[in-house]
Amino acid sequence: MDKTKKKLVLVGNGMAGVRTIEHLLKLAPHLYEVTIIGAEPHPNYNRIMLSSVLAGGASLSEIVINDWDWYKENGIRLLTGHRVTNVDAKAKKIVTDKDVTLHYDSLIMATGSNPFMLPLPGADKQGVIAFRDIKDCEIMMETSKKYKKAVVIGGGLLGLEAARGLLHLGMDVSVVHINSFLMERQLDQTAALMLQNELEQQGMKFLLRKNSSAILGRKRVTGLAFTDGTEVEADLIVMAVGIRPNVELARSVGIEVNRGIVVNDWMETSEADIYSVGECAEHRGIAYGLVAPLYEQGAVLAKRLAGVETAGYTGSVTSTKLKVSGVDVFSAGQYDEPPGSRALRYQDEIDGVYKKIVLRDDKLVGAVLFGDTGDGAKLFSVMKSGESIKGREKELLLGIAPGQKGADPAERLKQLPDDEIICGCNGVSKGAIADAIMNKGCASLGDIKACTKASASCGGCKPLVEGLLSIYAGDNVVKAKEGICGCTTLDRDEIVAEIKRMRLMNVKEVMNVLEWSNPEGCSKCRPSLNYYLGMLWPEEYKDEKESRITNERYHANIQKDGTFSVVPRIYGGVTSPTELKKIAEVAERFDVPMVKFTGGQRLDLLGVKKEDLPKMWEELGMPSGHAYGKTLRTVKTCVGSTFCRFGTQDSISMGIRLEKEFERLNTPAKVKLAVSGCPRNCAEATIKDFGVVAIDGGWELHVGGNGGVHVRATDLLCVVKTEDEVVEWAGAFLQYYRENAQWNERTSNWVERVGLEAVKDALAEPEERAELYARIRKTLDLTTDPWKQIVEDGSLRKNFEPLAETQTV
Amino acid sequence: MTKLLVGSIDDIDVKGSRTLRIQDKDIALFRLSDGEVLAVENRCPHKGGTLSEGMVCGKVVHCPLHDWKVDLRSGKVQEPDEGCVDTYEVEVDRSSGAVYVKL
Repeated sequence: MDKTKKKLVLVGNGMAGVRTIEHLLKLAPHLYEVTIIGAEPHPNYNRIMLSSVLAGGASLSEIVINDWDWYKENGIRLLTGHRVTNVDAKAKKIVTDKDVTLHYDSLIMATGSNPFMLPLPGADKQGVIAFRDIKDCEIMMETSKKYKKAVVIGGGLLGLEAARGLLHLGMDVSVVHINSFLMERQLDQTAALMLQNELEQQGMKFLLRKNSSAILGRKRVTGLAFTDGTEVEADLIVMAVGIRPNVELARSVGIEVNRGIVVNDWMETSEADIYSVGECAEHRGIAYGLVAPLYEQGAVLAKRLAGVETAGYTGSVTSTKLKVSGVDVFSAGQYDEPPGSRALRYQDEIDGVYKKIVLRDDKLVGAVLFGDTGDGAKLFSVMKSGESIKGREKELLLGIAPGQKGADPAERLKQLPDDEIICGCNGVSKGAIADAIMNKGCASLGDIKACTKASASCGGCKPLVEGLLSIYAGDNVVKAKEGICGCTTLDRDEIVAEIKRMRLMNVKEVMNVLEWSNPEGCSKCRPSLNYYLGMLWPEEYKDEKESRITNERYHANIQKDGTFSVVPRIYGGVTSPTELKKIAEVAERFDVPMVKFTGGQRLDLLGVKKEDLPKMWEELGMPSGHAYGKTLRTVKTCVGSTFCRFGTQDSISMGIRLEKEFERLNTPAKVKLAVSGCPRNCAEATIKDFGVVAIDGGWELHVGGNGGVHVRATDLLCVVKTEDEVVEWAGAFLQYYRENAQWNERTSNWVERVGLEAVKDALAEPEERAELYARIRKTLDLTTDPWKQIVEDGSLRKNFEPLAETQTV
Repeated sequence: MTKLLVGSIDDIDVKGSRTLRIQDKDIALFRLSDGEVLAVENRCPHKGGTLSEGMVCGKVVHCPLHDWKVDLRSGKVQEPDEGCVDTYEVEVDRSSGAVYVKL
């Protein structure tokens, strides 16, 4: 025994006490010689997860937090199956019921709570238990094998969890509750009724407003009687009517006890060198029953014992985020609308969603969420900060709509403070998880679970933990700042700013001046620089075809065998017999292996040899369909009011007009448009970069859609009346996109990244739109059909042809 | 060793390429920004992509199909990929601009 170490005795082997020791071991590993005394014959286990064990989600071994080895490895003496019977505060020693005597320098009382057993006649019969420890679980599991009917007394959180577990074990379960609605400590009546509905669907039965009077049966329970004279059959009765802090021992020592053992902000009791933490402790009048505050207490106590400065524990505003029987419920603060408060409620009985926020003056003081609890953490954070929410009430209630700035879940996660508790079951903060990822090499959910215990219990925080993983691990993977490619550390915005500032005029100049590591760049940056230069200086910049990607250079799509495909422009997907005949003749003359319709409503001639391209273009006499490259591809249309009985507008002429207006536009990534003639949307405009849907008397303008690898539906930008306005908005949007997005960034990714609100703001003023439109028009007016250009210009045409006959020298 | 006159240096755009077929071989000629003219077999060792259609960055061409990088002087494919293409000796008469390929 090390004489220089102080003796620390922990009475109680539960979650709060042992967590304190864990912290202490980290802060001052050699300061104390630790002994832990626990009444149960188990190592430290997660009591909250008992519900999961019952419900079949976890095994008893999985809920152990610190196994027997942990105690050995940390030099902790563990006495299980002992109860402390006497504490001599003057002599500083304790005695257990097995006659073990221990001296201490510091003592922590972490005796937890006892389940409150209703003092009913018959409560001592076989088959009447609480739901508190492993033994209770074992009895429930045993009983379910031989008996059928279970009755749970208590419709609070614990009772419902027990009921869920018993249902899973195959029993017929009824929940008895004295109140008229469930979980009144967390939910208001509306949310409680919705919850009850859900649980009834799962098979749970409810006996509300029933006051139990006696337990029936002989040696074993057979039923439960109520004060109103009714009875219910029962083979098992689980009492889940509440817990009482276990203060017997403390009281016998003469320590100040109220409802719990009274402690100050440093978890000190009224007796010197005796501390208390956990459910048995009462701090500023509150004995907490949720784990997060208890873990906070433990952290403070550990610092105190280690001699580390701490501001002390100041109490917790609690929030409860639960999966009650698979149903998401969130509750925080004063959800019960005390006098002087006002509430906003949202109730959707179809989707089973209920949300309520409670305000006092202009501050958020309480909230209840049912069904959709995604905003729980944010609301709680707002509550704790005490900030004014004036003007944001509805936004907080309804949640931020997707596509708006800050709505991105990753953004929200980033903005959470480090001390925000992410995992309520285990009290793990955002900072702890971030630390695990960045400094302890955690790279997966499993790693984080093992390291911090986050997500190791109910799993409700899994999406948040995964979100943090991508935020922090993402940064970690690329330690050095990454530029647009390996040639530079500058990002797109920096490069564009420098080009503008220094009026750089060609690709080579940019790479020189901005000190590219590869003097001629690479296949990623050359085309992007070419694009940015063309976008910034439409008049002065001479497009550099050698910096174009292959398809754009040859104005055709290269295929796997080195041949190309030719797609002539067919505006709005409308052709004519003459046009079709022309295409057919050319296809025959050049022996084109395959003629196919494209998704963009035009024809594709596949398998064309490079040297035939200019000739084919010449014979077709049609403009390039630009089925290649980062440009406007097509404008799809549906029949619309020309012939369709449902068409409200002429989608065909609108589509053709848009295609003619914007063809040949250089964009950061390909842009696909469509125009539908009515809300049936047969042109699938809502998965396009810019989609137009006709309504009676106007046009809906949609943006940011994508029908490819990651399908994204559009966001509604606005509604306009006339065709001219459609063109004006399309031009303004496309130009804003051109000027701000990264090369190779589709509108869908870009709108997600910057947020729809930012786009709307930029396009809100008519003057702004007019300027954007003027710039895009200027750019477009300088373009010309490339096929025609190549056909007529020998110096361009030669690149399609092999070198002439060689002569031997 | 046969020496073939294949054309003039002005037939090839700077950082561009031209193709030719000699004795069943498809050859790609590249004119680099420093004036050097290099010739390689016009077939990427990966999936046979036409290197003549690729982007030239310095002395390296990026295959248009899957962006493999071929060093035009040695014919070797750059890391992380592996492979190589045949290279052919090129002679340029700087006064006349005539380009010869030696086979």
